[in-house]
Amino acid sequence: MFENIGEIILLFWRTMLALPLAWRQRQKVFEQFFEIGNASLLMVCVLSFFIGAVIALQTGPVLVERSLSSAVGGVVGISIAKELAPVMMAILIAGRIGSAMAAEIGSMRVYQEIDALRTMNIDPIHYLVLPRMVAIAVALPMLVVFAILVGWFGGAVVADLNNHISIPIQAFFSDLRNVVQLKDVANGVFKSFCFALIIGAVSCHQGLATIGGPRGIGRSVTKAVVNSIVIIVIFDYVLTRILLK
Amino acid sequence: MNDATNNHSGVGLQVSHLRKSFNGEEVLRGIDFEVQPGEIFVIMGPSGSGKSVLLKHLIGLESPDEGEILINGESIQSPEIAGKYRMALVFQSGALLNSLTVGENVGLYLSEHRLKPPEEITRVVEEKLEAVGLKDTADKMPNELSGGMKKRVAIARALVIEPQLILYDEPTSELDPLSAAVIGREIVKLKQRIHVTSLVVSHDRDLAFGIADRIAVISEGRILTIGTPEEVKQFNDPALQKFLHADFQHESP
Repeated sequence: MFENIGEIILLFWRTMLALPLAWRQRQKVFEQFFEIGNASLLMVCVLSFFIGAVIALQTGPVLVERSLSSAVGGVVGISIAKELAPVMMAILIAGRIGSAMAAEIGSMRVYQEIDALRTMNIDPIHYLVLPRMVAIAVALPMLVVFAILVGWFGGAVVADLNNHISIPIQAFFSDLRNVVQLKDVANGVFKSFCFALIIGAVSCHQGLATIGGPRGIGRSVTKAVVNSIVIIVIFDYVLTRILLK
Repeated sequence: MNDATNNHSGVGLQVSHLRKSFNGEEVLRGIDFEVQPGEIFVIMGPSGSGKSVLLKHLIGLESPDEGEILINGESIQSPEIAGKYRMALVFQSGALLNSLTVGENVGLYLSEHRLKPPEEITRVVEEKLEAVGLKDTADKMPNELSGGMKKRVAIARALVIEPQLILYDEPTSELDPLSAAVIGREIVKLKQRIHVTSLVVSHDRDLAFGIADRIAVISEGRILTIGTPEEVKQFNDPALQKFLHADFQHESP
C-alpha cells in the first residue's frame, strides 16, 4: 500500500499546481460536485441520524444512572462534531465516490482514452483529476456539516423517546450548546477537508495506475477504497493530536 | 495556435536504430525507416511483432532505449519541436471518450485548448464529421455507434488537429470487409485532399496492398523489407511469404 505514497504525493502536488486552472474547468467541477451530493445526500442523512441515535442510546442511560443527564447532549454533540461525522462520512464517501473515481479513470486508462487525451496535448491531471479533487474538497465538508446537524437531531430524538434517558429535545440542545463550541465544529470540518483530499488523490492515482482489463479496474477500485480508509484513519489520529494543541 | 497552423502539407519522418525492451525482453531490435512527406506508409506484420509499440514511440507515449525519431530532420525529443508539428493518432479501439457525445469528442482538442469560440467549434465538428461521412451524428453517444463508425469519428477527431502526420493503429481490426474498405478509402482521400503524411500500422494484407505507397514488413521487432506493394510481394523471405499467403486451406510449412 505504501509503495505508491510518493506517486500519490506527486499527483497531489501537481494537482495543487494546476489549481489556477480550476475556474476553466468549473463546468466539470460542478458536474462532479452534483454527482457527489446527489449520490450521497440520502445515505449521509440515514447514516448520521442513526450514528447520533446510537451514541445517545449507548451513553445516555449510563450518564443518567450516574446523575449526569445534563452531559448527554454535550457527549453526543462533541463526539459527532469532532470525530464521528468527519470520519464516518469520509469512509462513506471513500466507498461511494472514491470507488467511482477509480473505476471511471481506470476504465479510461484501460480503454486508451487517457492516451487519446495525451495525444491531443490534454493533461489528464487538468482534465480528470483537478475537477474531481476540487469537487470532493468542497462537497465533503458541506456533507459533514449536514451530517453533524442530522446526527445531533438523531441523538436528541432518541434521548427524548428512550425511557432510560428521557431528556426533552430542548434540554438536549441546551446542554449541547453549553459544551460544543464553534471551533469544535470547525475542527470536524477541517478534518473532513483533509480526508477529501486524501480520497481524491488516492482514488485518482489508483485510476491512473490501472493496468490490465476489467480485473485491473476491479483491483484499482478495491485498492482505492481500502487505501483511502487506512490513510484516513492514520491521518485522523495525526490531525486530532495537532488540533488538540 | 502555432506557425504551422495553416500549413496543411505532410511532414517527413525518419526512424533510426530504434530499440526498446520491456522487462528484459527486446520488443524493437533496431528499427530503421523513412517516410516521405505526403506518403501513405504501411507497417505490416503479424500480431506481437512490435508494431503498436513502435507507434507509441512515434507519438511520444513511449521513450526509446536507443535510437532516434526525426520529423523533418528534428528529433521529436527536443524541446523546440513541441507544438511545431501537428500529429494525430487514430487508436485501434477509436479511444473515444465514452462520457462525451460524438461532437464533444471531435471538438475536444479545440474546446480544451480554447482555440475557437463554441459556435466555430460546432461548425468545425460538423465539417469534419461530414468529411468522414458521419453527418448528423454529433449528438449521439459513442456506445450508439458501430465499430466502423467509431473509427471514422476517431479520424474526424484527428482531423480537427489539422495534422501533418496521422498515425493509424490497426484501423481495420474488428471491422467487416465493407467497413474496412470505407476506412481504407478515407485514408487515401485524406492524402489526396490535404496531403497529410499517413503511417498505418496493420496486419491487414488487403488494406496494406490497397492503400500503401510503400510498405515496411516488421517481424519480431525487426524490419524485414521496405518497398512498394509490388516489391514487397516479390520479396523472397520465407517468414514474409508465409504471412502473405496464410489461409484456412493450406497448413503453414
